[in-house]
Amino acid sequence: MAALGSPLRTLRGLLRELRHASGRAGRPYRRTPAYQHVVAAFRAHRVTSEKLCRAQQELHFQAATYLCLLRSVREHTALHQEYHGKGERSPEEVAGLVGFRLPQQPGGKG
Amino acid sequence: MWRGCRRLLQGRSSPARLPRLPLVAGGSGPVGPGGGRTYAPPAERKRFYQNVSISQGEGGFEINLDHRKLKTPQAKLFTVPSEALAIAVATEWDSQKDTIKFYTMHLTTLCNTALDNPTQRNKMQLIRAAVKFLETDTVCYRVEEPAALAELQKKEWDPVVAWAEKRYNVAIGSSTSILGPNIPASTKETFVSHLASYNMWALQGIEYVITQLKSLILSMGLIDRHITVEKAVLLSRLEEEYQIQRWGSVEWAHDYDLCELRARAAAGTLFVHLCSESSTVKHKLLQD
Repeated sequence: MAALGSPLRTLRGLLRELRHASGRAGRPYRRTPAYQHVVAAFRAHRVTSEKLCRAQQELHFQAATYLCLLRSVREHTALHQEYHGKGERSPEEVAGLVGFRLPQQPGGKG
Repeated sequence: MWRGCRRLLQGRSSPARLPRLPLVAGGSGPVGPGGGRTYAPPAERKRFYQNVSISQGEGGFEINLDHRKLKTPQAKLFTVPSEALAIAVATEWDSQKDTIKFYTMHLTTLCNTALDNPTQRNKMQLIRAAVKFLETDTVCYRVEEPAALAELQKKEWDPVVAWAEKRYNVAIGSSTSILGPNIPASTKETFVSHLASYNMWALQGIEYVITQLKSLILSMGLIDRHITVEKAVLLSRLEEEYQIQRWGSVEWAHDYDLCELRARAAAGTLFVHLCSESSTVKHKLLQD
């Protein structure tokens, strides 16, 4: 099995990511289906009589994978916004970079 | 022509002459010093819905954006077999802020691919494409120099190969030649028959993960829950990480690629697990 760490840590991270992921502040993030599903799943798998419960570990792996997905999508979007999100410069700006100005042609080109 | 365009952009022309621009990007960037506008990438869709919810139909679970049902690019109804997957897709749609960024919605893309099957491949073709990757598997290709990198590859990749060989009872090996390792046919047959036990949706996911990580062995390690997504991505990018440790990391390239690869691998793995599981809850009475 993968080295996953503590389930509590995964759960906390997942709930934090879900809080970031709720786009509109209309509904509180605690009422979203994702939050409730995650919390219910963790609660359901909490009590087990076996020492090494396979279903518990499978759920933990799934939760860790989903946490990785949410976290990396958020970081990727932030990086994209910061470095690649500005689009192109307009022709006027490009001309201005080298000190030129575009001609004013009242009748249109040509 | 420029004057006409600038008038349009500054919104001073009459409505009759103004063409309809329904899908203008939300934040199109700051206005430049000369009054010229920075061009934003063309037409991103704005978020046109308030609520995202899930409902259960005959074929499975459906996503509702306000009152409209979500459809695939080929206009089929978007149904998924698993409720957890539907919730995850709904969360993806819900997490879009002002504009819809399709490139961040990996689970939705995977579901659309599974539903539409745009490349029209059947199950056997998918399996063959996946197993073909074994001949050019990343963890089987070793370098001879620099020695530190060769050592790192041996230290990190050998355990994974050994695990795969033990788990599937096959012989894989590694090679430093340009032709790659010589994979015996029995190994390929074993993997073909193992992959045939997954359903069509899970196979789309598996093939996606293999294509992203460039390695069949690492993907099987993920599917079998032997390694985490972060570890699998690290192993897949081992040479790059080695160079980063030596020369430093460039955030807008290295971190960007790392986050994107992690997102795609995590989405693919989650997709496979959610499509191929069936969970039952057994309630035991507490004995007191």
